[in-house]
Amino acid sequence: MTKTAKTAVAVASRTLSGAAIIRAVKDAGVEYVLSVPDLHTSEGVLKRVANDKELKLVRVCKEDETIGIAAGLSFGNKRALVLIQYTGFLYAMNAIRGVACENKMPIVMMIGLLTKEPDVAPRESSKFGVRITEPMIDVLGIEQHYIDTDDDISKIKPAIEKAYATSTPVALVIGRRPI
Amino acid sequence: MPGRMNRVAVMQALKKRITNEIVVSTYSCALDWIAQGERDLNYFSHGAMGLASSHGLGLALARPERKVVVLDGDGSLLMNLGTLVSIAGQAPKNLVLFSFQNNAYEANGGHPIPQANTVDFPALARSAGIPNSSSIQEIGEFERRLPEILQAAGPTFVNLHIEQGPPRAGGGYEQLYTEARRAALRRALA
Repeated sequence: MTKTAKTAVAVASRTLSGAAIIRAVKDAGVEYVLSVPDLHTSEGVLKRVANDKELKLVRVCKEDETIGIAAGLSFGNKRALVLIQYTGFLYAMNAIRGVACENKMPIVMMIGLLTKEPDVAPRESSKFGVRITEPMIDVLGIEQHYIDTDDDISKIKPAIEKAYATSTPVALVIGRRPI
Repeated sequence: MPGRMNRVAVMQALKKRITNEIVVSTYSCALDWIAQGERDLNYFSHGAMGLASSHGLGLALARPERKVVVLDGDGSLLMNLGTLVSIAGQAPKNLVLFSFQNNAYEANGGHPIPQANTVDFPALARSAGIPNSSSIQEIGEFERRLPEILQAAGPTFVNLHIEQGPPRAGGGYEQLYTEARRAALRRALA
């Protein structure tokens, strides 16, 4: 590989494609996206979802609503993605605890780490809220996957499939702002 | 002060009219509803107070061919008032949301809700964007209007003024959400 090619690969792996995220979510059978806007995923994901004819976007007022709606949808045999920022995750923790964890529901959460510094591990962020999010997910006993570059997008479909196959929640933590 | 219905009498009247609807209930409403008899199409909102209407919205969106009836408490609804706006935004024709207003947190010791006897739930629902919102104070009116409420294109919001029951602290709510009942509902909706 030439020096130029190596540089191109390195650059490519430092981006996260919102379009590719949406393709992976749709490939996993998701029909509904439930969201309170997250600036971190606003341009790359949510605006695309809003214009996607195959996805139904349900805009809600507070993040805990998404947990109940996703549970109801699952009983009706429909798959949903909860698209929120980490502040919303922290706000909705009791609903996640009760509905997703204790009642063992397949709740798929895509959590944007708003204000996380690029190329800094979330647990090493200077931002308190960013730093505690992954540990909080661990405390709840929820499986989590870190989605930071395009190389990580392949984790999304199997994670969603597993959540619905086992009726358990899963967190897809978005590190880098999708483009 | 408006008249008050007995919640058990309301549930008994509802039982006579419910056929193939999904009934989502929570806390004290759930205990009184399940006392009317087991049915596969019962869904119990348990684990996080306030979310019954959100569970109901999810079910209504997933199964538009089937009516979804939510039996919510006033305290529960106050915990999730944004749900009225979210429901209005989706406007599911198959959703009926009953709010049981006894002006108290029966599940939490019988303490009054904020603005007890003053808060106007139908006005909140209307201003959220659910024009088909009303209230009922007498059991005769409930029995008379119920067929039309269940038939009408929703979303429909009906506030039911009921008597406060005894405090039900530790009332066994967690036992409503059993694996067997979940499995029965999944089979019924398969």
